[in-house]
Amino acid sequence: MSEKEIKNLEEIFEQRIARDEKIEPKDWMPEKYRKTHIRQISQHAHSEIIGMLPEGNWITRAPSLRRKVALLAKVQDEAGHGLYLYSACETLGISREELYEQLHTGKAKYSSIFNYPTLTWADMGAIGWLVDGAAIINQVPLCSTSYGPYARAMIRVCKEESFHQRQGYEIMISLANGTPEQKEMAQDALNRWWWPSLMMLGPTDAESVHTAQSMKWKLKRKTNDELRQQFIDQTVPQADLIGLTIPDPDLKWNEETKRYDFGEIDWDEFWQVVKGHGPCNKQRLSARVDAWEEGEWVRDAAMAYAKKQEDKKLKKAI
Amino acid sequence: MMKNENIIQYIYGIADNALILGQRLSELCGHGPILEVDIAMTNMALDLLGQTRSYYQYAAQLSGEEKTEDDVAFLRLEKQYRNVLLVEQPNKHFGYIITRQFFYDVFHLLLLEELQNSKDETLSAIAKKGIKEVSYHQRFSSDWIKRLGDGTAESHNKIQEAVDDLWQYTDELFHMTEDDAIALENGVGVDTATLKEKYNNRIKEVLEEASLVVPETKWFQKGGKQGIHSEHMGYLLADLQYMQRTYPNMKW
Amino acid sequence: MKNNWPLWEVFVRSKNGLEHRHFGSVHAADAEMALENARDVYTRRNEGVSIWVVESKNITATNPENSGELFEPAQDKIYRHPTFYSLPDEVKHM
Repeated sequence: MSEKEIKNLEEIFEQRIARDEKIEPKDWMPEKYRKTHIRQISQHAHSEIIGMLPEGNWITRAPSLRRKVALLAKVQDEAGHGLYLYSACETLGISREELYEQLHTGKAKYSSIFNYPTLTWADMGAIGWLVDGAAIINQVPLCSTSYGPYARAMIRVCKEESFHQRQGYEIMISLANGTPEQKEMAQDALNRWWWPSLMMLGPTDAESVHTAQSMKWKLKRKTNDELRQQFIDQTVPQADLIGLTIPDPDLKWNEETKRYDFGEIDWDEFWQVVKGHGPCNKQRLSARVDAWEEGEWVRDAAMAYAKKQEDKKLKKAI
Repeated sequence: MMKNENIIQYIYGIADNALILGQRLSELCGHGPILEVDIAMTNMALDLLGQTRSYYQYAAQLSGEEKTEDDVAFLRLEKQYRNVLLVEQPNKHFGYIITRQFFYDVFHLLLLEELQNSKDETLSAIAKKGIKEVSYHQRFSSDWIKRLGDGTAESHNKIQEAVDDLWQYTDELFHMTEDDAIALENGVGVDTATLKEKYNNRIKEVLEEASLVVPETKWFQKGGKQGIHSEHMGYLLADLQYMQRTYPNMKW
Repeated sequence: MKNNWPLWEVFVRSKNGLEHRHFGSVHAADAEMALENARDVYTRRNEGVSIWVVESKNITATNPENSGELFEPAQDKIYRHPTFYSLPDEVKHM
C-alpha cells in the first residue's frame, strides 16, 4: 500500500471512531492502534493476575467463613477478568503465552499498587474499598471504548466487579464499628493504601504521555487528574461515615469549586515503584513466573494426552 | 435415641474434610498451572467451603449453646478436628493436588449418595445439594488423572509418585468411629465400610485407564478421625485460626 | 513455539428459549476440557444452561474488506420490510 492509501485509510478509520462505531478484530487498523491496544489491554490483564496475589495472601487466614468465601470468590473473579482481557488481547494477533513472556521478563507493566504488601486483614477491606474503587472509576468509561472485544470484556468485568468494592467497604465498616484494636487496624490500612490508591489513577496530566491519543480512541474518556478528583470526592464522605480519617492534613472541602482540595502526591515514590523498587515487585513477579514454570509439565501433559486421544480416534475411523 | 453430641461429632467427621480440603485448595488461588485450571480449582474450594458452612451451621444449632459456624470452624483444638489424614496432605505438586482430590472425590460422592437417604432432613438436604457439586469434582479430577497418567513420561512418573504416596491414606476413609456407628444405628449416618468395594473399583478403573498402577500397599495410615493428625495439620490450623486466635471474641 | 493449549470460542445459552451467544474464549487442550473450562470461567454466576465450544481456528469468517459487496446491496431492498407497504388506517393489525 502506498503512503497515500494508508493515510486515506487512517482518516476513514479515525472518522469511524469519531462516529462511535466499534472496531472489530478483522477490521483494518493503524499499526499504532493495534500496538497501543495490545499494550493497554495486556497491562490491564496483567494487573488482574498480579492483583490476585496480595489478596490471595489472606485467603487462608480470613477471620470467618463468610469472609473467606467472599474473598476467595473475589480473587477468583480477578483471574476471570484477567482471562477475559487476555482473550480480548488475543484477538489482536498476539498469544497469551507471548503476553506472559512480556510480563515475566519485566517488559510489560502492571498496576504498581500490587507491589505493596498486605500486612493485616484490614488490608482486604482497604483494597476492596479503595483499590477497587479507583479501578472502577477507571474501568466504567472503558465499557464504551472503541475496540469491540475490549469494550465487551469491560462490560463483563464491571458487572462482576460491582460486589468487590462493597465487599471491601463492608469489611472496613465491621472493623470501624469493632473493638479499638480493630478500628486501629482499619485506620492503619487506610493510612497505607490511601496514597498508593491516588497514584493508581496515573501520573498528572502534565506528565502523562498517552492521554491525547488515548482520548481520541476512547481508551480514556477523562484525564488522570479528573479521575483522581472524582475518586477523592466520592471516597472522603465514605471514610467520614465510618469514622476513619484520610491521612492527608491538607485535605479540605473547597466551597467554591465544590470539590476536595488535597495534598501533594509523592510522585518520586510512584516512579520508584514503577521502576521496580516497590516493597514486593520481585516477590509478585516471581510468584507468577513460578506458577507458570511449575505448570509447564501439566500443560504439556494435557496436550500430549489430547493428541493421543485424537490419534486413537483416527485409528478407529480407519 | 441419638444425642445431639453424637450427631455433632458425626457431622464433624464429614464436614471437617470439606473444610480442610477447601483450605488446601484455597492456598492455590493465584498459583495454578494455567488460569483456567486456577479458576476451576477455586470453584471446587468454594463448593467445599459452602458445604462446610451448611454442616457447621447445623452443628452449631444442635449444640444448644450460642455457637456460630465460625466457633466450630476456627476454635477447636487440633485433636478435635475429625478430618481424615488424606485431605490435610500438602500441595506438593499438581500431581498430588489432583490425586488427593480424586481419592477424596470418589469417596465423597459415594458418601453423599448414601447420606441423602438419611433420616435427618438437614443432612439429607445438604447431601442432595452436594451430590451435584461433587459429581463435577469427580469428573474434573478423574479427567486430570487420565491426562497426567497418559500424558508425557514426566507427568506419568509424577502422578504415579503421588498415587503411590497418597494411597496409604485412603483406607481410613472407611473406618467407622463410635459416633459413625451410633449415627448408622439411628438411620442418620452412612455405613462407610460398605462403600469400600465400590470405591476400590472406581479408583482402579480410572487409574488403569490412565495407565497407572494401583499400589499394593498392605499398610495404611490412620488417626485423623480420632484427632491424631499429621505434622502438616498444625501449620494448616495456624493459618486457618490465626485471626480468631490472635483477636478473640471479635466480629469481622 | 512451545506446546501451548489452543484457543476455543465459547457460546452460552443463558436460558432455554434463547440462542447461544458468543461469550468469549478459553484455552484448553481438548474439546472436553474446553467445555469444562468454559463452564468454570463463564457460568460462575449462573449465566448459562448450555455451552458450545469450537476451536477458534475452525471458524471461517467474512473479510471486512468485502463488507461492501457482501452487505451493502441489502440496504436498499426496503420492500423486504413491512413498513414499505401502506395500509388504510382502519386496518389496525397486519
